[in-house]
Amino acid sequence: MSKLSRLLILLASALVLVSLATPLWRIRLLAPQYPEGLGMDIHAGTVVGAREHDLQSINSLNHYIGMKAIEPEEIAELRVIPWCIGGLAVLGFVVAAAGRRWMAIGWLASFAVFGVVALSDFYHWEYEYGHELDTAHAIIKVPGMSYQPPLIGSKQLLNFTAISWPTTGAILIGVAFVVGCLSVYLARPHATVEAAA
Amino acid sequence: MSPLRQWSTRLAGAAVAIAIVLIYACTANRAPSQSLVSGDAASKVYVAPGSYDEYYAFMSGGYSGQIAVYGLPSGRLLKVIPVFSQFAEDGYGYNEETKPLFQTTYGFVPWDDSHHPELSMTNGVPDGRWLFINANNTPRIARIDLTRFETDEILQIPNAAGGHASPFTTPDSKYVVSATRFSVPVPNTDVPIESYKQNFRGTLTFATADQPGKMDIAFQILMPGFDYDLGHAGKGPSNGWFFFTSYNSEQANTKLEENASQNDKDFIAAVNYKRAEECVAQGKAKAAPAEYYHNWVDESSRIAKSEKKSGVKMINPGDCEGVVYYLPTPKSPHGVDVDPTGEYIVAGGKLATVIPVHSFTKLQKAIADKAFEKTVDGIPVLKYDAVMAGEVQKPGLGPLHTEFDGKGYAYTSMFISSEVVKWKLGTWEVVDRIPTYYSIGHLMIPGGDSKQPWGKYLVAMNKITKDRYLPTGPEMAQSAQLIDISGDKMKLLLDFPTIDEPHYAQALPASMIKEKQVKFYQLAKNTSPWVTRSESDGGIARAGKRVDIKMIAIRSHFAPDNIEGVQVGDTVVFHVTNIEQDWDILHGFAVLGNNNSELILQPGETRSLTWIPKTPGVYPFYCTDFCSALHQEMQGYIRVSPAGSNVKLMANVSKKAQAQMDHNAK
Repeated sequence: MSKLSRLLILLASALVLVSLATPLWRIRLLAPQYPEGLGMDIHAGTVVGAREHDLQSINSLNHYIGMKAIEPEEIAELRVIPWCIGGLAVLGFVVAAAGRRWMAIGWLASFAVFGVVALSDFYHWEYEYGHELDTAHAIIKVPGMSYQPPLIGSKQLLNFTAISWPTTGAILIGVAFVVGCLSVYLARPHATVEAAA
Repeated sequence: MSPLRQWSTRLAGAAVAIAIVLIYACTANRAPSQSLVSGDAASKVYVAPGSYDEYYAFMSGGYSGQIAVYGLPSGRLLKVIPVFSQFAEDGYGYNEETKPLFQTTYGFVPWDDSHHPELSMTNGVPDGRWLFINANNTPRIARIDLTRFETDEILQIPNAAGGHASPFTTPDSKYVVSATRFSVPVPNTDVPIESYKQNFRGTLTFATADQPGKMDIAFQILMPGFDYDLGHAGKGPSNGWFFFTSYNSEQANTKLEENASQNDKDFIAAVNYKRAEECVAQGKAKAAPAEYYHNWVDESSRIAKSEKKSGVKMINPGDCEGVVYYLPTPKSPHGVDVDPTGEYIVAGGKLATVIPVHSFTKLQKAIADKAFEKTVDGIPVLKYDAVMAGEVQKPGLGPLHTEFDGKGYAYTSMFISSEVVKWKLGTWEVVDRIPTYYSIGHLMIPGGDSKQPWGKYLVAMNKITKDRYLPTGPEMAQSAQLIDISGDKMKLLLDFPTIDEPHYAQALPASMIKEKQVKFYQLAKNTSPWVTRSESDGGIARAGKRVDIKMIAIRSHFAPDNIEGVQVGDTVVFHVTNIEQDWDILHGFAVLGNNNSELILQPGETRSLTWIPKTPGVYPFYCTDFCSALHQEMQGYIRVSPAGSNVKLMANVSKKAQAQMDHNAK
C-alpha cells in the first residue's frame, strides 16, 4: 500500500478512536409540556441525559406506560461496545503499520460486520424497551400501543415526538469507514502499478 | 297665544329638554380615558403570546407586605414574592424552614407593610443581584435573591419605629439605610408622650448589605426627634453622601396634620457617611444598647436561621463634626431624589408651591464658608439661598417624588393635582404635563434613580382607582399607569391593576436577569437534615410526643402514603421532599383540618409542615399543585388513634421503594 493509503487507514483508525469520547446517537423527545425537549445521548459505554437530569425525567415519565427504567449500568452491550470500537481502532493501527491491502480489506469487512451488528442490536434494544412493558403496573395502557423509538427519523409516541439521529460519534465512524474504503480503493493493484510507473 | 304658537313653544321646549338630556347622557357615558390614548398605544404594550416583556418591574405590595413582579410594557403580573407577611398559599412563614425569617425582638411578627423596593447596584447602576425592601411597621430590611425571586434574609433595625426612609442603597450597595418615620425614646422607655421634645429621637441606620447572609448594623446616627421620610444616596461627585427628608420639625406629638405643617421649611439631612465611617474608626461612636434579630436562609439546606444580636455603634452628630448638615426645604418634603449626574438634589415638598432643587457644589461651598443659619442639636443648618440651585415654579400641587430619564429631564409626581410634570434640569422650566387617574403617589422610570436611567417608560402608581376598572365592591385594585416618555410629549399607554398598594417600584431590563433564573434545586446538594432522596428513604419516627414523617413527592404519588400509629396529643411534622429534577414540576401537600397551611414544594426542596391532630380518625392528604395527568390520584391517608392506643407506628413502603431496596441489597 502507498504511504497515502496507509495514512488514510491511520486517519480512519484515529477517527474511530475519537468517537469513543463523543455520543453516537441522540434521541430527542418533544411534547407540548416540554417545549425545551428532553433528550438522551447514547455513547459507546453509557447513556446520559442531554441535560443533567433528562434521563431521570425520561424514566419518571416512562413509569406511566410501564417501560422499564433505562439504567446504563444494567445494559450489557454498553460494557462490550467500547472494547469493540477500541479493538477496531487498534486493528486499524496494525493494518496501517503493516501496509497490506488484504489486511485493510479484512479490517473494513470486520468494521462493516461490527456496524451491522451494533445497529441491529440498537434496534433490538429499542424494540425491547418499547414493547416489554410492565402491563401489571402500567398506569396508561393504550391497546395495541408500543413505544419503540425510531432508529433514524421521527415518530409520534402519545404526546411525545421521538426524534432519533446519529450524532458526532456515529458520523465519525461513518467517515472513518468511507476513508478506509478510499484507502483500499487507492491501493488497488492497477493504481499501484500506475503510481510505480 | 294661538294654539299653534302654544304648540310650537311646547315643541321647542321639549326639543331643548331632549337635547340637554342627550348631551348629558353622552358626557356621562364617556369613559374618561377615551380621548386620552393615541391610536398606536395598543401595539406598544402588546406582548404577543410566547413573547417576553422588555422589563421586570418590582412593585411593593404596601399593606400586603409582599412584592409583586410585573412585566413591562404589558403590565402582566408575573409573580408575588412573599416577604414580610405569611403566605398560606405556599406555606411561607408557616412551614418550619421559613418561620425563623419572621423572628423579631417583638416575637413572631407575621405581617408588615412593605414600601420601597431597591435594586442592588454596582457603580451606581442596578446590577440585578438582589432586591431590597423595607418593612415600615416593625423596621426591617429584606434581601431577595434575583436568581430565585425568594426572600433570603431579613435584618431588624433596632432603636427605630416606622422604617419608612428605607432601604435605599449606596452606589456600590455597601450599605442600605433605614431612617425612622416615628421618633421614639431611644432606647425605648416608659415616658409621658408629652415629653416628646425632651425624650424622643430619630435614628438613621446604615446596614451592611453587600455580603449575602451577613447583613448587619454598621452604625446608627442619633438625630433630633423629627419624622424621617425618604432618602437617596449621592452619586458621582456626591458619592459618599446620603440625603434624608424630614418633616415635623415642629416636633408635634399630637394632631400632626395641623401641628406638623406650621413651619415654612423642614429639613433634608445631608449625611456624609464616609465621615461617619471615620468617626466609627476613631472610636467616636458610642456603644449603645440595642437588641435586634438577623434572620437568613442557609443556601444548601434552605432552612432559615435566626440570630439575636445586641449593641450598636451610635454616632451623636455633636461628637462627629461634619457628619450631618440640614438643608432647609419647603413644607414637609417627601421625596429626595438625586439626578443621574449626582449634582442636583430634588425635594418634593408635599405642601410646597415650588419644587426646590439643591446643588451639591453649592452645598460643599456653603459648608466651607460656614454659611449656617443656626444649629439644631449640634447639627448646622445651611442657609437655603446658599445651597439652592433653583426652584421649579408652578409645577402643580403636591409634589411628591421625582425620577430622571437620563436625557436631562426630571419627572415629578403631583398628588393633589393628580399629574406627572416633566421639567428640565438646569433651566427648571416645566415642559410637559400629563394627568394621572387618580392621585399619583410615587412614579418609577426603570433605573430612574440611578446613574444610567433606561428612559423609555414611566410607571405612575396611583392611590385612588374609582372608575378605572369594572367595579369590585367597595375595595378595588390599585391602579398603575404606563406612560411612554421616549418622545418630547408624554403619552399614556396603559392602565393595569396592581395588588394592594405599591408605594414604589424598581425595574430593570429583563435581559439582565432572565438567563440567570434557577430552574430547580439540585437534590444532590440538598443538605436539609430532613431530606428524603429516594422512595426507599422515607419513614416515620417517634420521639416522645413528636412524630416526624419523611416522605417524597414525585409524579404522581407520595411515598410513604399510608401512615398509622399517630395519636391524639402528638405533634406531627411532615417533611416532604419534591424529588423531581425538572423545571416547573411542583407538588403541593395538604392534610385535612390542618390549622397551619399547605406546602408548595419546588423541585429538589424539602419543606416541613406541622400538624396537631385533635380527634381520632383517618385523615387524607393530597397534592395541591396540579402536577400531572394523575394528580388527582396523588393522595394518601394518615390514621390518628386515641392517646395511649397500641396501634403500631407504621409507614408503608411503595412497590418502587421495595424494588429499590431489593436492588440495593443485591
